[in-house]
Amino acid sequence: MLLDKYWLALSACTLLLAAPAFAETPQEILDGYTTQAKSADPAFSAFDATRGELFFKNTHGNDWSCASCHTQNPAGAGKHAKTDKPIEALAPSANAERFTDPKKVEKWFKRNCGDVLDRECTALEKGDVLTYLLTIK
Amino acid sequence: MLFNSKKFAVAISLVVALLSGFGAMQAFGDDDRHERGERGEKHEGRGHERGEGKRFTATNATFQAECSSCHIAYPPNLLPASSWREMMGTLDKHFDTDASLDAATIAEILPFLEQNAASERKSAAGKPVLRITETGWFKHEHDEISPAVWKRDAIKSASNCMACHTAADKGDFEEDNIRIPK
Repeated sequence: MLLDKYWLALSACTLLLAAPAFAETPQEILDGYTTQAKSADPAFSAFDATRGELFFKNTHGNDWSCASCHTQNPAGAGKHAKTDKPIEALAPSANAERFTDPKKVEKWFKRNCGDVLDRECTALEKGDVLTYLLTIK
Repeated sequence: MLFNSKKFAVAISLVVALLSGFGAMQAFGDDDRHERGERGEKHEGRGHERGEGKRFTATNATFQAECSSCHIAYPPNLLPASSWREMMGTLDKHFDTDASLDAATIAEILPFLEQNAASERKSAAGKPVLRITETGWFKHEHDEISPAVWKRDAIKSASNCMACHTAADKGDFEEDNIRIPK
């Protein structure tokens, strides 16, 4: 009986250690961008999937667009434009892991926006792209 | 009674954490010795025989996760510590790509790289070499590969270890696992 409790406590500790930090849903991450976009521009009304798709598929002054690595079809696998390393599908409908870890999302937006735009992306741009990705079934 | 069992659970968790940490350190230490020895031999001009075991086993979960996102996690003992320090300090311009990491992640990875690094070698210009392919060791190991082979579509670049070293992502560079694509 006493031992059972110890095992329970031990299992709980193990579970806590194994659980990914701050798991969220893509919608929760999108809601975060909504809050940021509103504070950046009080006139902000809503994200736009079409705007997000154009942003994703067009270049922005550099050689690469988002689609250079993620391809024109974010529901399929891509590959790194330089190293050829496979990149798993980006659309949450095709890859349930995408946009569930805010830290990872911010890390990659920072890097990839640096490559594609030579600057960080705005909350509006990130929200538009995620809105576009969420429309892909 | 409840208080006691809570206390005990905390104690158990601590012991588990300490034990796993100790285990990891031990394994880490072993890898370190093994690899320094292997690389040390090469630097001194011995142990160049083709076909001898070339397996890099040092591992660190954060290094593995972060450094294998865009390319394989290149074994830390292929560059000296000064190169890794320079590399980790310039990740926002990492071979023309933004590979920036936050300070906390770098603080986890850099000590691992330093502790498993090759012995110190500077380039002719006195600057740390950042490209593994520019080290004397790499050039020597690949001196039988003609320039035309490197340009093949399936290889593309000398940095693409996996094109020929089919298990390079597992730290396995053994001769038996080399397949040079046509």
